[in-house]
Amino acid sequence: MTPWLDDFLWTYQNLVHALGINGLLALSMYVVLAVGQLSLGQAAFMGLGAYSSALMTLKLKLPFLVVLPLSVVVPVAFALAIGVPTLRLSGVYLAIATIGLGEVLRAVYLNVDLFGGALGLSGIPERGETWMIYGLLALAVLALWLVGRSGIGRAMEAMREDETAAQVMGVPVGRYKMGALLASAVLAGLAGCLSAHVSSFIGPNEYGFEPAVTILSYVLLGGIGTPLAPVLGAWVLTLLPELLRGFSDIRLVLNGVIIVLAVLFLPGGLLGLRMKRRAA
Amino acid sequence: MTPLLALRGLTRRYSGLVAVDAVDLQVMQGGVHAVIGPNGAGKTTLFNLISGLAPPSGGAIELAGQDVTRLPPDRRAALGLGRTFQNIRVFTGMTVLENVLTGLHARLGAGLVSTVLRLPRFRAEERRAVARARAALDLVGLAAKAEWRAGALSYGDQRRLEIARAMAPEPRLLLLDEPAAGMNPAETEALATLVRSLRGSTTVLLVEHDMGFVMDISDRVTVLNFGKLIFEGAPAQVRAEPAVIEAYLGHKVAARLAAGAKSGVRGAGVRGAG
Repeated sequence: MTPWLDDFLWTYQNLVHALGINGLLALSMYVVLAVGQLSLGQAAFMGLGAYSSALMTLKLKLPFLVVLPLSVVVPVAFALAIGVPTLRLSGVYLAIATIGLGEVLRAVYLNVDLFGGALGLSGIPERGETWMIYGLLALAVLALWLVGRSGIGRAMEAMREDETAAQVMGVPVGRYKMGALLASAVLAGLAGCLSAHVSSFIGPNEYGFEPAVTILSYVLLGGIGTPLAPVLGAWVLTLLPELLRGFSDIRLVLNGVIIVLAVLFLPGGLLGLRMKRRAA
Repeated sequence: MTPLLALRGLTRRYSGLVAVDAVDLQVMQGGVHAVIGPNGAGKTTLFNLISGLAPPSGGAIELAGQDVTRLPPDRRAALGLGRTFQNIRVFTGMTVLENVLTGLHARLGAGLVSTVLRLPRFRAEERRAVARARAALDLVGLAAKAEWRAGALSYGDQRRLEIARAMAPEPRLLLLDEPAAGMNPAETEALATLVRSLRGSTTVLLVEHDMGFVMDISDRVTVLNFGKLIFEGAPAQVRAEPAVIEAYLGHKVAARLAAGAKSGVRGAGVRGAG
């Protein structure tokens, strides 16, 4: 590695990690929005991935390359459990129900000793590597891109436009919604595990209502035309506070303003392009 | 011969209102079967029950001898049921071709793995689907607009696209909900030709208010009023049936028409009602 790049990565390590992890979180939001589901459980999935993996590392002393894949188990189990009842809901009702579930988990972390209560878990060894974060991000973008360009992606777009018509055309909407929720749990679980293992500390407030909305804002800003769009949205919203260091007090205000402007003027997001499907 | 579609005592209640009331209906294989009735007779509710968008309050639905009463709409589509909507529901943001390809979704069997890995099976299926979709667009005269965004099509073209999307998978039973609504006479004639050309390959069950169109293309007509099946027969029988005329025009007019018929006035019958 060139000394210049080495220097840069060392100085901006936290930011580099955050960009990759927030990219994964944006994709975790994207997969549910891509089938028209306003499901806001990503922060909750992330928290489950973070806490379960941190406990595996701290209490069970498992090596990280075992912990990382296992970190999806609890979020996926949770998604399976909440999937059946919540997927009957739609729109804002689904959003409220999933936010509520996230708050329930936050209360559990706060009150159960195993999770360290309000102090959270600290002293997590920093075993997450930059290449793991970006490798997973690249893999996720590629897989979602290939799915998006296929008949499955077409069916997902149809569901987003008119779920009833799509179902009458033979699209198994129930299975697709569940599949999207599970994919969302996997991506957020991995992001949670990686973030816990690069920051050495996790606490209950990192996975509550505010992060849930922040993750949504990544996708609102980026758009859902292609899987690159939400990642771009995450990067812009992660970089902006760094570029506007002097305004860090009003960082949340700026986030809010950007979301409002994006919804008003860029309804398709920054990358409003549709996925091009080759018609053979 | 078992009927392609059999409804047995099919009922749908909305608090206080019985939209579909114990309807027994059999649709035989092949041919065109029309359901007519005044506004609010329960025709669209009947279609929603058959396609699975609304659960029945009672009764049973059999498709090709299989009980589908509890199946979700996508499973019924996979069994060979297609439909169009009275209020057009094309996917406006997608291209015309992609709309029809979505209609073929139940016919595509490539799973997630072969999709992501782009296995030969996926590619071959996609090619076949595109060929079928183009053939369907050709039939309705939209082949030249395959790459258009569906939302940019005119009203009549969107109706045609809905029909192409529904018939591309070659359903055993095709439900057309007011296919001629809003069409001019020339377009209606073209539609009649298209529906006639389906005879033999697909069975058509349609709801329509354009009586000329219905009488022209149907082999059998079922009349609903206030959710009840009041008459069923060949088009000529329906046209002459006093109960049908009464349902559309009220009993006073029906009585006057009947009196007029006796005194030699011609031209009575159900025409252009609704």
